[in-house]
Amino acid sequence: MTELFGIPLPALLGQLLLGLVNGSFYATLSLGLAVIFGLLNVINFAHGALYMMGAMLAWIGLTYFGLNYWVMLVVAPLVVGAFGIVLEKLLLRHLYKLDHLYGLLLTFGLTLLIEGLFRSFYGVSGLQYSVPDQLQGATNLGFMILPNYRAWVVLASLVVCFGTWYVIERTRLGALLRAGTENPRLTQAFGVNVPLMVTLTYGFGVALAGFAGVLAAPVLQVQPLMGSNLIIVVFAVVVIGGMGSILGSIVTGLGLGVIEGFSRVFYPEASATVVFVIMAIVLLLRPAGLFGKEK
Amino acid sequence: MKREFQIYLALLALLLVLPALGAYPVFVMKVLCFALFACAFNLLIGFTGLLSFGHAAFLGGAAYAAGHSVKVWGFSTELGLLFGLATGAVLGLVMGYLAIKRSGIYFSMITLALAQMLYFFFLQAPFTYGEDGLQGVPRGTALGLIDLKPDLNLYYFIVVIFVAGFLLIYRTVHSPFGQVLKAIRENEPRATSLGYNTALFKLLAFVLSAALAGLAGAAKTLVLGFATLTDAHWGTSGLVILMVLVGGMGTMLGPILGALIVVALENKVGDIGHFFANLTGIDWFNGLGEAVTIVTGLIFVLCVLAFRRGLIGELNAWWQRRQGTATP
Repeated sequence: MTELFGIPLPALLGQLLLGLVNGSFYATLSLGLAVIFGLLNVINFAHGALYMMGAMLAWIGLTYFGLNYWVMLVVAPLVVGAFGIVLEKLLLRHLYKLDHLYGLLLTFGLTLLIEGLFRSFYGVSGLQYSVPDQLQGATNLGFMILPNYRAWVVLASLVVCFGTWYVIERTRLGALLRAGTENPRLTQAFGVNVPLMVTLTYGFGVALAGFAGVLAAPVLQVQPLMGSNLIIVVFAVVVIGGMGSILGSIVTGLGLGVIEGFSRVFYPEASATVVFVIMAIVLLLRPAGLFGKEK
Repeated sequence: MKREFQIYLALLALLLVLPALGAYPVFVMKVLCFALFACAFNLLIGFTGLLSFGHAAFLGGAAYAAGHSVKVWGFSTELGLLFGLATGAVLGLVMGYLAIKRSGIYFSMITLALAQMLYFFFLQAPFTYGEDGLQGVPRGTALGLIDLKPDLNLYYFIVVIFVAGFLLIYRTVHSPFGQVLKAIRENEPRATSLGYNTALFKLLAFVLSAALAGLAGAAKTLVLGFATLTDAHWGTSGLVILMVLVGGMGTMLGPILGALIVVALENKVGDIGHFFANLTGIDWFNGLGEAVTIVTGLIFVLCVLAFRRGLIGELNAWWQRRQGTATP
């Protein structure tokens, strides 16, 4: 059997893939955070709770309404996005003139509220959600066995992430968005409906989180607290990458997922903390983050 | 100014006679520990303008340090408390040094992430006993003379610690050092241009706050006899923010009132839920005690949207308005 650093190659590649799966979630979530922060100046703590909501909706859709994975992959992000739009219109809107910290505090409160509500209905034990029929099983690539569903998670996240990048960096809509991020008042003076854009951006950002949640449902335990631990890691990812660049968020997210996967092979005790350690090192060497600009 | 001291003295007197009035000493001691924790946190958010989202690390870290040193190493009670305080200070120095490299929202995210890292460390470290928690920490004696096992003896011991911590914070806030911190809160670039090394001041404030949070954590271990992972969990960091927010950021008494309200609420939410379940016949309310975060989250949202000055802050504003109209 082929070995690398004394570890059988298939085991190593298996962990690498698992790392990429986690990395896809980091990338999708940190991308949403970055887009929202760019336009709203709000760090959306509720991102984790909305990701959980996506996964729970997938489970609820299947259990109570018989809606399969593929339907929920579209419906859940739409519902989460609509919910986000309501939150923005009703609550977040009132905080834009204040210190950014209030946005963090409000969304933190919303996280507690949303998680508490789901907890009161579904408890904290994990709910089972099985892999859809079409993606069950694994493909033998010769050097490793590739579980189909995990490959799909990575692929789907990459498509969504790069799609987002393309829209923001290469289309007219994205140009307006970037203009709004740079100078909202001037953009509004040119006749762009900035408040609408802000609302839709928040909706889109949290829909991304909901999408990641549905993707996560079959691979991770679906439970009300699944989002809050993830969001803290994603915060560290955001600090490491800096929020200035879309591609930067994607690359950092995936890269850290892979590093986490490797640490699970070589030093499992550190796998939960490795991202935070890297964050500390980056802060010492390059405080603005790998892709960030010093403000 | 004189009125302020009258209020403090009245509150101190109330604190001293509270057990005689029938208050349950352990509950009041728990409130006092969290009040000291909240006051220490307020030193940062209220008087320096830094939102730390990782203060649970200091409370939890010191709770374990004090518990372990007293139970396993046989430290005396005072030494255990000091060891807890020192643990808080050292953790604060490391976390603060890293976190103040960024400001604003990033500062909060970094403190949160570093505290989470410590949480995972505590989860795996043998001396914390993981999910079971460090249990059976003896209370020992005060100065080797007074047995602290009776609740009432410990009560006055904790009151002394709390008052000492409160006075230290009061002194800090009203010192030239505190004035510089306020200047940093109001306008950091200007404080820098006046020649102050703002990074150093922020770090000092952070370490002081962490040390006092550590003292609170150590005292809490002494009162309850155990230290658990909950103390170090991010939920506790959120809880202390809520205490200060409800009471009033940047006020001296706000965090104390906030701690009282939040601790009482956490204890009583289950009962309130049962009450509503009986009242409305909706069974869902019975589960409210299991999902306290619904209530705390709701209060969070309401405070941020409509009530940012907090109870004491609103009271002060009302008082000033009244003074303003009385003597035009």
